[in-house]
Amino acid sequence: MAAELHVELVAADRSVWSGEATLVVARTTSGDIGVMPGHQPLLGVLESGPVTIRTSDGGTVVAAVHGGFISFADNKLSLLAEIAELSDEIDVQRAERALERAKSEADASAERRADVRLRAVAAR
Amino acid sequence: MGAQLRVYKRRIKSVTATKKITKAMEMIAASRVVKAQRKVAASTPYATELTRAVTAVGTGSNTQHPLTTEAETATRAAVLLLTSDRGLAGAFNSNAIKAAEQLTARLEAEGKEVDSYIVGRRGVAHYNFRERKIAKQWSGFTDQPEYADAKTVAGPLIEAIEKDTAEGGVDELHIVYTEFVSMMTQTAIDSRLLPLSLEEVAEESAKKDEILPLYDFEPSAEDVLDALLPRYVESRIYNALLQSAASKHAATRRAMKSATDNAGDLINNLSRLANAARQAEITQEISEIVGGASALADATAGSDK
Repeated sequence: MAAELHVELVAADRSVWSGEATLVVARTTSGDIGVMPGHQPLLGVLESGPVTIRTSDGGTVVAAVHGGFISFADNKLSLLAEIAELSDEIDVQRAERALERAKSEADASAERRADVRLRAVAAR
Repeated sequence: MGAQLRVYKRRIKSVTATKKITKAMEMIAASRVVKAQRKVAASTPYATELTRAVTAVGTGSNTQHPLTTEAETATRAAVLLLTSDRGLAGAFNSNAIKAAEQLTARLEAEGKEVDSYIVGRRGVAHYNFRERKIAKQWSGFTDQPEYADAKTVAGPLIEAIEKDTAEGGVDELHIVYTEFVSMMTQTAIDSRLLPLSLEEVAEESAKKDEILPLYDFEPSAEDVLDALLPRYVESRIYNALLQSAASKHAATRRAMKSATDNAGDLINNLSRLANAARQAEITQEISEIVGGASALADATAGSDK
């Protein structure tokens, strides 16, 4: 059996996903980072972006994460986010509408949020 | 029906209607307490992980940060008071306001100028009525606070603490809220949120003898702390908002329960009085009839002679 790490993806108001994984890829402020079991203890600031979790049974979980932190120690990885959504929770049409609206209103942060959601769906 | 009896009947009817309303409010509040408690529980994982992370940076590096460094002589303090938008919750709001006033008095005795930040219409109304200055106020979300609400509250506070004291910033941030101890007990407490003493945070994080690993900070310890501390404050405020909401619902439930009980007692008393009045009426009628009959009998007996 391949080595595993325990992942907790928590948003401010709920626990979004938790389980075993073999690889987690997230975007920190200094670039994408991949964490595999046995990584050295890490604490980083996350950018808005999709987080990809390769689960130990071979599946892939993608979540859109808007700001937050990644922390890894003792083979336990925590992803803390103010807002986090799993890709299958995201309403594509709504996100597209939000993207268009944000573009027309030139609301940069809303545009980025919608864009991250759509990218998370595309990466599924 | 006599006038007295009619008055009693009318009062019984109105008290019964009131009782129905308070009973309904009691049940609504009871269901909301459960919901609010569930929300508190749902926010706990984030809060614990965040506390862990703050402890990790605090102990793993010697970073200095405006949010953690204590001013040598604190001259200005901010007090955030959490009340509710609606009353009918017994002493819930007055307890919180009283706690805030005690804290303000204590801080002023220490020679600090106090800025009041208030959440909830009740607290705002209390301060406005006494024409006290409110630095900033929020309302409309106290029943079911969302994380976004905590963010809007935390924003100006963090801004104030980062500003220089001379320019209207503050050195300390205190929060007064009602802690949800249990369904029966809620206590108004005050606690100092900022500057954060990392030792205290470390003590709070559950596993005491756990040795934290040496973290690799990405991009750097300062940047992580920069991003982490505002989130920590937000999450503490969010937790306080949720606890305050749960406490408010529990207090409402209790107040409405005693109102319902009182209405029940009142109905019992009034029915007894109404019965007595009816009985008195009947007795009077009987004595009138008997008196009338005997007077009639006396009269006829007299005419016979």
